[in-house]
Amino acid sequence: MKVQYLGLEHINGPLVYLKTPKDISYNEQVELVLKSGEKRIGNVIAVDENVTVIQVYEGTDGLNITGVKTELKGKALQVKLSRKVLGRVFNGVGEPIDGLGELEEYVEKDINGQPMNPIARKYPRNYIETGISAIDGLMTLIRGQKLPIFSGSGINHNDLAEQIIRQANIKDDENFAIIFGLMGAEYETAEFFKKSFQENGVLSKVAIFQNLSNDPSIERILTPKVALTCAEYLAFDLDMQVLVILTDMTAYAEALREVSTLKGEIPSRKGYPGYLYSDLASIYERAGMLKNKKGSITQIPILTMPNDDISHPIPDLTGYITEGQIVLGRELYQQGVNPPINILDSLSRLMKDGIGKEYTREDHQKISNQLFASYSKVQDVRALAKVLGENDLSETDKKYMEFGEVFEKRFLSQGKFENRTISETLDLALEILHILPEEELTNL
Amino acid sequence: MQEKTIISINGPVVKARGEADFAMHDLVIVGLSSLVGEVIKLDKDIATIQVYEETSGLEIGDKVLGTGEPLSVGLGPGLIGNVYDGMGRSLKGFQEVFGDFLKSENAVAIGTLDTEYKWHFCPKVQIGSKVSLNTILGEVKETEVINNRIMNPFNIEGEVTYIAPEGDYTILDVIAKVKKQTEEFEITMTQKWPVRRQRPYKERLTASTPLITGQRVIDTMFPIAKGGTAMIPGGFGTGKTMLQHQIAKWSDSDIIVYIGCGERGNEMTEVLEDFPKLIDPKTGRPLMEKTILIANTSNMPVAARETSIYTGITIAEYYRDMGYHVAIMADSTSRWAEALREISGRLEEMPAEEGYPSYLPSRLSQVYGRAGLVKSFNDEIGSVSMIGAVSPQGSDFSEPVTQNTKRFVHVFWGLDRDLAYSRHYPAVNWKISYSEYLDRLQDWFETNIDENFSKDRIEIVKLLQEENELQEIAKVVGQDVLSDTKKLVLETCRAIRLGFLQQSAVNENDTYVPIEKQYKMMNTILKLYTISLKLVEKGVPLSRIKGIGLFDEYIKLKFNVRNDQLFKFDEFDNKVVKELKLVNEEYNDHLGI
Repeated sequence: MKVQYLGLEHINGPLVYLKTPKDISYNEQVELVLKSGEKRIGNVIAVDENVTVIQVYEGTDGLNITGVKTELKGKALQVKLSRKVLGRVFNGVGEPIDGLGELEEYVEKDINGQPMNPIARKYPRNYIETGISAIDGLMTLIRGQKLPIFSGSGINHNDLAEQIIRQANIKDDENFAIIFGLMGAEYETAEFFKKSFQENGVLSKVAIFQNLSNDPSIERILTPKVALTCAEYLAFDLDMQVLVILTDMTAYAEALREVSTLKGEIPSRKGYPGYLYSDLASIYERAGMLKNKKGSITQIPILTMPNDDISHPIPDLTGYITEGQIVLGRELYQQGVNPPINILDSLSRLMKDGIGKEYTREDHQKISNQLFASYSKVQDVRALAKVLGENDLSETDKKYMEFGEVFEKRFLSQGKFENRTISETLDLALEILHILPEEELTNL
Repeated sequence: MQEKTIISINGPVVKARGEADFAMHDLVIVGLSSLVGEVIKLDKDIATIQVYEETSGLEIGDKVLGTGEPLSVGLGPGLIGNVYDGMGRSLKGFQEVFGDFLKSENAVAIGTLDTEYKWHFCPKVQIGSKVSLNTILGEVKETEVINNRIMNPFNIEGEVTYIAPEGDYTILDVIAKVKKQTEEFEITMTQKWPVRRQRPYKERLTASTPLITGQRVIDTMFPIAKGGTAMIPGGFGTGKTMLQHQIAKWSDSDIIVYIGCGERGNEMTEVLEDFPKLIDPKTGRPLMEKTILIANTSNMPVAARETSIYTGITIAEYYRDMGYHVAIMADSTSRWAEALREISGRLEEMPAEEGYPSYLPSRLSQVYGRAGLVKSFNDEIGSVSMIGAVSPQGSDFSEPVTQNTKRFVHVFWGLDRDLAYSRHYPAVNWKISYSEYLDRLQDWFETNIDENFSKDRIEIVKLLQEENELQEIAKVVGQDVLSDTKKLVLETCRAIRLGFLQQSAVNENDTYVPIEKQYKMMNTILKLYTISLKLVEKGVPLSRIKGIGLFDEYIKLKFNVRNDQLFKFDEFDNKVVKELKLVNEEYNDHLGI
């Protein structure tokens, strides 16, 4: 019989305070048992001699001061995992919600994970072909990379994520899996992805952890951790190639802020806690490869930039941790460029070591540098054209105007079902670049 | 036993009460898993402790043991080529004990140095020699390029009563005994030093030699001295880490200490995979033979991130005292400052700017203050240069870490997002960057490279300034209305930007450029400009000169001329003179002169 403690001291939002029980340890998992017999999961987030603070992940609705029993679990939060997680749907704390019952023959893993030893890591070099020109050509995705999509509300980032999942050649590997973590997502978003997985026959390779917008916001804090613990299990215990999609990281960070404010912590920028960087890092850094293991974790977190502001703390801190970013632009989106990738803001840090002769094509780096340099010049010329009018531009500048337009129409834009090989992408880039006079192509 | 009992746990901050008399910054062992912590506040019988490891599983009532010693790092042969965590514990040691993932239970036992490896020791003193602090007792060949000079760790005048004969010893074997009056001290090849205390030296010297990095925008435009301090602020994606890697790879320092402070795990892996393969241009040996890595990645415990900088500096000072020029890359100091902020928040201290504690400036000044060129007590001259990356929130250079760091460093390499967007790397913005060492280093450049070095540099700066003004005008009225002399300035600056300031880290002829070649490149474009200017002033249309393609050829020289082919610049200069002479004659004919 496990020890249970009766009664709470007080309740404040998702936090409950109780008189410090004997033997309680920091970060320990607790189960709160309501009078009705319903159970809620929580963990210890601060403790001193008198008071223990517990964060309750499934909300505090219906909790009262006298009737609640607290049961100590003796260890940090765990999630049950097995090979059979694929094809299943779980809630934000890792409990099955698809009506197929509990997992059989599971292992339990601590959701906090452990940091990888930097010297045990393997530097990621194998590129993933997504069939999307802007990504493959200019911000190549590498197996084991963490490459987020920065979007804005109302921009079609889900279409892009869906296309990446559908076309990415990581699927050629028999031993691949997709982990899908939804934090505060709309019901429609969840259904859109499920439908796509089904249509493409990959549903049996996907594990979905979903916290929808109407679920308790505090539960979101656990969702990415649970999803990544599952990913680590598949990648490093079962040697699988795992692609993790997390959406929306903004909802996650907001939940974190909510709890931080309740705890009375000193806020840093925009009310977010001072440890937001460390906290986000503990999620994003759980991507990569290990020298001694065959598996890999590639992460594509999606976040919406509040007010399209890339300097907002969430995208800003994310960009400092992840290995690049794919930034979507509202202007491009409105002009019908699809996917609306703003290439100048975007970057893949691991690209330089994963492209070239042995991986993609020898001229890849040069072509990509030239595209960036020329397209950045297009922006200057467009600004000038606004002042002078297009007719008064010099001949060279007129060529830049033409290049910019063709680049956006033919290179950036591509159909939802158009899957371009890397060679097609690079050839197309060369063809478009040659709109410009030879002396402007200094990188080629 | 000196112990206290835990009364509260809040993230990495633990409070313990008890009779024991702990001292500030003493190292303590916390709880059943023997976590490592440091005393950061004392209030009567309650000690506040920052724990360097994950505190999950600690309980109220667990014991905290005092060690009576401050947080220290083990110094000795074997540091080079290895990777350590923020407290100086060997990550290889972690791997042997825990496998691929880091754990903290009883990790306190993991040390810094290999205690079993036998080093070949050569004595440098005899019985009866008088020794004092840092006197060199002997030498050990630590790597092919670094001789570890074993120094007397004690700050006392004494006499050698025993010195080990040449032979193979572990770092724990006694290699000397020193007697002071009646007391005799046994000396091994290793010593401990408290990381927060600066290692003393005899005399501080004025830095007057540049640290050559092989990067043109640094060496020629904004140089740093050996023993100097520099900062690299830049938003994400502007190439801070890339630039730090380039400096670590190619600088002419004897030893590199690379501190990955709260950054990406894969960046450490990259260094670990690349450096053993890369050859140091100065010694012709693999770079790993002069490199020490401190890795506290962003997902490792936050309190150890705060100490990682001090651990790195202490190791650097140790080699400095042997007479080496050490360069520290700290990437990124913003993460270090954020660790301060996080701990400060948990202590419920009153915050100053943006939540940072009010002691942020004084801590920063202490850190950068430990850099310098010094004469050690053994009369060797060595230096510690410190290059810190700063990651300003929202790329806003007015935030507290950038602003306060600026007060304590002498070189500012400001990275610019627009340059990075157009893939102009290194994205050092020449309009906002500066070096306060220019005057002090002028002599060195003029004596060792060319007497015109500073003159030419100023000329380049002037041209770039003029370009800036002209571009402002061109933005409003377009380039076409500018006169040909002005257009020539723009064309020259385009060549300077693309052919000189922009430098490719992946091209083998361009990734590292010796300072002699840098000068040739600078001088060549100025010659081209000067001769062209004479023609343009005479009335030759600029389009005629541009048509020859000399400017475009110059831009590609950086890729086409190997580092040992400086004569090619003279050839190009001759070609410029010849071609433009033809233009001149043709124009004279045209005018009928």
